[in-house]
Amino acid sequence: MPFWGLILAAVLFILGVAGLVARRNLLIMLVSIEVMLNAAGLAFIAAASAWAQPDGQVMFLFILAVAAAEVAVGLALVLQLHHLTESVDADAASRMKG
Amino acid sequence: MSLLWLIPALPFASSFVLLVAGRALGKRAAAWLACLAILASFLFSLVVSLRLFSLPAGAAFTQVVWHWINVAGFQPRVALYLDALAAVMILVVTFVSFLIHVYSTQFMLDSEGYERFFAYMNLFVASMLTLVLADNLLLLLLGWEGVGLCSYLLIGFWYQDEANGLAGRKAFIVTRVGDTAFILGLLLLFNRLGTLDIQPLLQRAAARWHPGAAVAEVAAFLLLGGAVGKSAQFPLQTWLPDAMAGPTPTSALIHAATMVTAGVYLIARTHVLFALAPAALMAVAVVGLVTLLLAGCSALAQHDIKRILAYSTISQIGYMFLALGVGAWSAAIFHLVTHAFFKALLFLAAGVMIQAMHEEHDIFRMGGLRRRLPLAFWCFVFAGASLAGLPLLTAGFYSKDLIVWSSWSSPLGSVGLWIGALIGAFLTALYIFRLIFTVFYGPGPERHLSHLPGPLEQWPMIVLGYLSMLAGFIYVPGALPFHFTARAVGPGELGSEIVAGAVFFAGVYVIYLFTLQRPSLTDALMAGASPRRLRDFWFADWGMDWLYDRALVRPTIRMARAGKADVADRAFTGIAAAAQALNRALAPTESGLARRYAGWIAAGAFALILIAVLR
Repeated sequence: MPFWGLILAAVLFILGVAGLVARRNLLIMLVSIEVMLNAAGLAFIAAASAWAQPDGQVMFLFILAVAAAEVAVGLALVLQLHHLTESVDADAASRMKG
Repeated sequence: MSLLWLIPALPFASSFVLLVAGRALGKRAAAWLACLAILASFLFSLVVSLRLFSLPAGAAFTQVVWHWINVAGFQPRVALYLDALAAVMILVVTFVSFLIHVYSTQFMLDSEGYERFFAYMNLFVASMLTLVLADNLLLLLLGWEGVGLCSYLLIGFWYQDEANGLAGRKAFIVTRVGDTAFILGLLLLFNRLGTLDIQPLLQRAAARWHPGAAVAEVAAFLLLGGAVGKSAQFPLQTWLPDAMAGPTPTSALIHAATMVTAGVYLIARTHVLFALAPAALMAVAVVGLVTLLLAGCSALAQHDIKRILAYSTISQIGYMFLALGVGAWSAAIFHLVTHAFFKALLFLAAGVMIQAMHEEHDIFRMGGLRRRLPLAFWCFVFAGASLAGLPLLTAGFYSKDLIVWSSWSSPLGSVGLWIGALIGAFLTALYIFRLIFTVFYGPGPERHLSHLPGPLEQWPMIVLGYLSMLAGFIYVPGALPFHFTARAVGPGELGSEIVAGAVFFAGVYVIYLFTLQRPSLTDALMAGASPRRLRDFWFADWGMDWLYDRALVRPTIRMARAGKADVADRAFTGIAAAAQALNRALAPTESGLARRYAGWIAAGAFALILIAVLR
């Protein structure tokens, strides 16, 4: 059973990565990152239930807290970028290209 | 005796004042200051020397001025050491320098940089006095290098002309070759004997090394290298003729009192060390003999009056080296003293003639100056006779014939050296009387004289003229109420002196025949191809400059050209170029697009996982 949980987590993670790379909207990219984070959390839960260890669940709680903080910081950054570029297009903020 | 430190300090101070505030002082005050500093230095020298000579023979006096450095057992002091040798040297140096300074006040009057000239001259004398009075070899080296610096500054004094600057550079670089050997010698001596103070050093050397010890030989040879460079001996003599580019009083100073006598002084000062090194001592004699013959021949072929005198100096210093090499230390110093007088006089008189003849240096374009410049004529006759060794009357006769006789009679001497010295004396008579006969008697253009010597130029010449005749009598038993050495002239020496006198008259007669009585003889001689080629060869100083140019200067320049391309640097510039190429290749990947970075991070993570799984 944990096998399927891990498969689901992997699929979710790949979807998150694909969304992050494919979409240009900053908000959608943030959501994609959340998906990846939660995929990692799901993997912890699956592993915890597989080995009957509570550590994985504790870890997931940590991830939730970090995710909350990350969203706060991320949204603040999005706001700032929106101020600068007048759009939510991630590719518009490419002034630092080499 | 506590006045000793003032002797070098006064010219130093005066030189400093002139360098800093020379312009503000003006010409008159600058000349007064420079001359008075040297005069005071001479008077102090006289005072301390008289007090030294009143002490029993062999007395010496040391004055510690301050401790220079104190590092791990190496404690050179700035200390002055006065013994008979140093006393004779400081007397000659300060006195001749004073006369040359007085002469220069008038001679250099129209020259640009008058104050600068006197600043350098004072510094020159101060350096020489430091060299002579130094108690340890490190302080001696300081004076040694100071003398080298001042010669560079003064030879290139008229620096607007590039040739003068090049001559100064040549003097500096060629003497540097010898100086390097000298410094190596100092390091070796310090390493082996643990001190650079001259007297303890010589005592330790005598106590620890047996005669002929390899280390003593090496040290003596290295010191000889330094002396050869500074005293313009074979094979490093090439700088001195070019040094004639400097003002004439400078030449007089370099040749008479300072600089070139430093090498002779060094060997005389460390003669205990040389006595321990028979091979090095032999080398000193051979270097001296070779130099005096080569330079005598070269002098015979020159037609620039100052170059003739320059080769003459090289040749006379060769005599001093010969005397040192056969262990006749006092004969060498005696000749140094008399040579200082007559060579200074020759240069001062030559300066007067050159100024009078519109800066003409060629003796064949002077001619007939006997009536028009009578003082210069008589000076040249006296000094020339002294240089060539006119028997009984002149100082040069006594000093040179002492050397000639020592080269045979001394335990280290031999008949070969004696004959060589006599040939040198013959050459001396030839070249100096060739100059005198040509310049004063020969036919010359009737140009009006552009400059007549002033009184300040004349009286130093008169004083030196008397001294070139009289200075020899200090060595003649019974000639003066007091004498420095008690000695009797034996039959062997008398014979040697008679031969030398005959050689002098023979030389004068031969050159009289060739220049004045039958000039056609010279033309007949020079008609042949091989005598002409020999003359050109001698004119070029035995091709030494050519040889050095081909063997050293050009390869160095070629190496410098090759080095300019920075072959060795390629490795480093290659690294830089590779980094730049990499930068150009990778710069486009830094697109500024966050999505692409995320993609690459993900790809990298997947690749790592893949590697971890598959391995």
